[in-house]
Amino acid sequence: MDTPIVAATGITKRFGGFTALNEVDLSLQPRERLALIGPNGSGKSTFVNCLSGVLACDAGSTLFEGRDISRMAPWQRARLGMARSFQIPRPFRGMTIRENIEVPLMFALHHTDRARVRSLAEAALAQVGLLERSNSSPRGLSQVELRKLELARALVTKPKVLIADESMAGLSEPEVDEILEVLFRLNEGGISIILIEHIMRAVMRFAERVVVLVSGAKIADGAPGEVMSHPEVVKAYLGE
Amino acid sequence: MGADLQLLLDAVVSGVMVGGFYAAAAVGITIAFGLLDIVNIAHPGFIVAGAFIAYWLNVTFGLDPLLSAAIAAPLSFFVGRLLYRNYYLAFEKHGEESLQGLAFFFGILFIVEVALLLVFGVDYRFVEAPYIGPTVSLGSVTVATRLLVPLLVGLSVVAAIQVYLKYTFVGRTILAVSQDPGALRLVGGDPVWTKEIAFGLSIATAVIAGCLLIIIQAVEPSIGREYIGRVFAICVLGGMMSLTGTVVASMILGIAESITTIYFGPSWAPAVSFGFLLIALTVRPSGIFSR
Amino acid sequence: MTAPLPRNVLQAAEAIPAGSRAARLAGIILAGLVLVGLTVGLLDWTGTDYAYLAAYTVLQFVVLATAWNILGGYAGYVNFGTAAFFAIGCYTTVVIYKTIQLPLLLAIPIGGLMAGIVGFGTGYLTLRLRGVFFSIATLALAVLLQTLVVNWTFVGGARGVYVLRPEALSIFGSYTRFLFIVMLALAIGSVLIARMVANSWLGRGLAAIRDDETAAECCGVPGLRLKLIATTLSGALMGMAGAPFPYFITYVDPGTAFSLSVAVNSIAMPLIGGTGHWIGPVLGALLLGSVQQVITVTVSSALNLMIVGILLVVFVAVAPNGIVGAWKRLSERGSWIHRLLRRRA
Repeated sequence: MDTPIVAATGITKRFGGFTALNEVDLSLQPRERLALIGPNGSGKSTFVNCLSGVLACDAGSTLFEGRDISRMAPWQRARLGMARSFQIPRPFRGMTIRENIEVPLMFALHHTDRARVRSLAEAALAQVGLLERSNSSPRGLSQVELRKLELARALVTKPKVLIADESMAGLSEPEVDEILEVLFRLNEGGISIILIEHIMRAVMRFAERVVVLVSGAKIADGAPGEVMSHPEVVKAYLGE
Repeated sequence: MGADLQLLLDAVVSGVMVGGFYAAAAVGITIAFGLLDIVNIAHPGFIVAGAFIAYWLNVTFGLDPLLSAAIAAPLSFFVGRLLYRNYYLAFEKHGEESLQGLAFFFGILFIVEVALLLVFGVDYRFVEAPYIGPTVSLGSVTVATRLLVPLLVGLSVVAAIQVYLKYTFVGRTILAVSQDPGALRLVGGDPVWTKEIAFGLSIATAVIAGCLLIIIQAVEPSIGREYIGRVFAICVLGGMMSLTGTVVASMILGIAESITTIYFGPSWAPAVSFGFLLIALTVRPSGIFSR
Repeated sequence: MTAPLPRNVLQAAEAIPAGSRAARLAGIILAGLVLVGLTVGLLDWTGTDYAYLAAYTVLQFVVLATAWNILGGYAGYVNFGTAAFFAIGCYTTVVIYKTIQLPLLLAIPIGGLMAGIVGFGTGYLTLRLRGVFFSIATLALAVLLQTLVVNWTFVGGARGVYVLRPEALSIFGSYTRFLFIVMLALAIGSVLIARMVANSWLGRGLAAIRDDETAAECCGVPGLRLKLIATTLSGALMGMAGAPFPYFITYVDPGTAFSLSVAVNSIAMPLIGGTGHWIGPVLGALLLGSVQQVITVTVSSALNLMIVGILLVVFVAVAPNGIVGAWKRLSERGSWIHRLLRRRA
């Protein structure tokens, strides 16, 4: 078994009296496709925020390629090769769509050649079908297009790990498949992916391993088939 | 009791008194900023405006400042509501709060100060009232009633707000909005109207505090600037959302300033609140990290 | 085939191809010298010292507004304590004047350095927190520094201090004219710096921070570092604007140094002119500054400040992107002016 590319151990996060995450362990193998699922409010986005450094954990540690990143700021983690998209898209509204994509190229990858940055950005936009809108403002985009922009911004740097936080919410079936194809291709290219999703069809198709969070605790971690028939998981989703 | 210890005791006592007043001055920020995230930096402007309203009513009609407070408070409540409505329509609605919203309130603060300058000039103004002047003995300590009255009234105001927030329907709605505006909408509440009421209350307390201020000391238009650091420091140190915290932090600040004044001179007092603000920002009670 | 007509004047100014960068730089310097020559000629023609004094004040506002915008417009962090940084520059000059007597041209960078350090310190303490705490801290900073100065008898305390103007070098004619040229150079310099920042990676990073700081960090933008650079640079420029002031005004006391006019104008001018582009603060300063020079002669200075305050509130509520923003909106909607211009070409 290789060293995991991401190893989060004992992640705990409290907000005042409320424990959002309780000693959660999660590891991601290189080139693995992992899905993180759980009912609403189970702490998935909080976990992603802790992993990406947006939130400081109250306890636990995170290793990236064996290196302790627990104290690192989000931008340092981004530069190491961890990329994420946001559950609710957060574009830079004051810039054009292409300029949005150029930001991680300029900062996570330190590209200085303007022409190269521009062409890489345009390639990423083409991959998600937004190339014709590259000079418009994100303000005019539909929800679906915003999600595509969000994803393009996360994948343009060819990160080592991509955390896709509900990037398919609100998409139609063919659009979901489209995004899945992009993610599959990225994974073939060597990127390890953590997919946080509610769309079970996508999870079952995509994931090699599924982790289930319920009320801030991990209750299952294994192959999709066995996890989905786990009694605790069934109870969490369907109630008693 | 030794002379030095007596001096210290006097300082502490007068600090507590002033602290009571500071609590009334800061409670509005706790409501507007701590609970509702409206960065009303114009708040001190309304405190000074309140002081000048009390002055004018005192000089023109011979009204007691406490009476002026009772008259001015409901009026300022409506002014506060109007102000918030404008702020909401111009900024919050579009999500443009940060830069323009701050600049808006700064503009209001500035306009209030300059308006007072134009109308009243740069001189210090004070009021006459029967309880300004005499002193009362509490054990070995002699206390000026002009400090005692604002302490009592100030703490009453804060207590009244606390009761209002906890036990009335509107008050509890305000607390609900502070925690989760979305949930409030789901149960049929109107967060905007609720915030309007809360902001109106906030401004009313500022004006009342101003009427108390002029009992304690003479005022001039630029005095508001000293209070910006104070009220925000108190709010942050008090834990942002807790009225009890506001009172405790006010007392601590009052005592610290009083001791500084007695040992180093009054011109150093404004530096104390800045130091407090720095401590507050470094210690970082919850609620002030980037959202 | 000719290139499509630029949609507005701003794009036209930026559209010069990179290949002729050297030629463009030479062009800018030449234009700058011509501008200086013309302005000096114009002011001389008025025959009074007053024109130079008024022009100095307006140019000082160009520097202050431009400096403020580097942090306020580009990064979205509002500095309410411009007067504090301005005063640091002033009082650094006063201290130098009373001790080692360096010439003004050396005092300016030292004043900038002092103000930059304070900017860095304030930023370091508060920029990890929400933007509002930085803003509150800058307000409190102004009060704190004023308290310190009032208690510092060496620089005159509350009573103030007199500063004597030295002899001007003969090429400048009078000392007033010398001060004017110094401030003109500072204005041109600060605008060039602001423009450079805006078009650079630093500007892009600050824009990302302004739009969404968390998302920016997740894209690799080192938020705190860039904000600190902007704060330090902004503070330093404000200090440099304040450094010649004691020689300009010859009597410095805390009230004048920590001036209300500086406090409100450094925010009003960029907001009215437009914070999104480096030309906004310049426009705001030139327009508002000139108007105030005229008004102050006829109306009291307090009323003048009142008008500025009202303009600030109204503009911020009605035209949040300032004059430049309104212009951009009009040009996007194809206003009649632009249709006219397009037809002309």
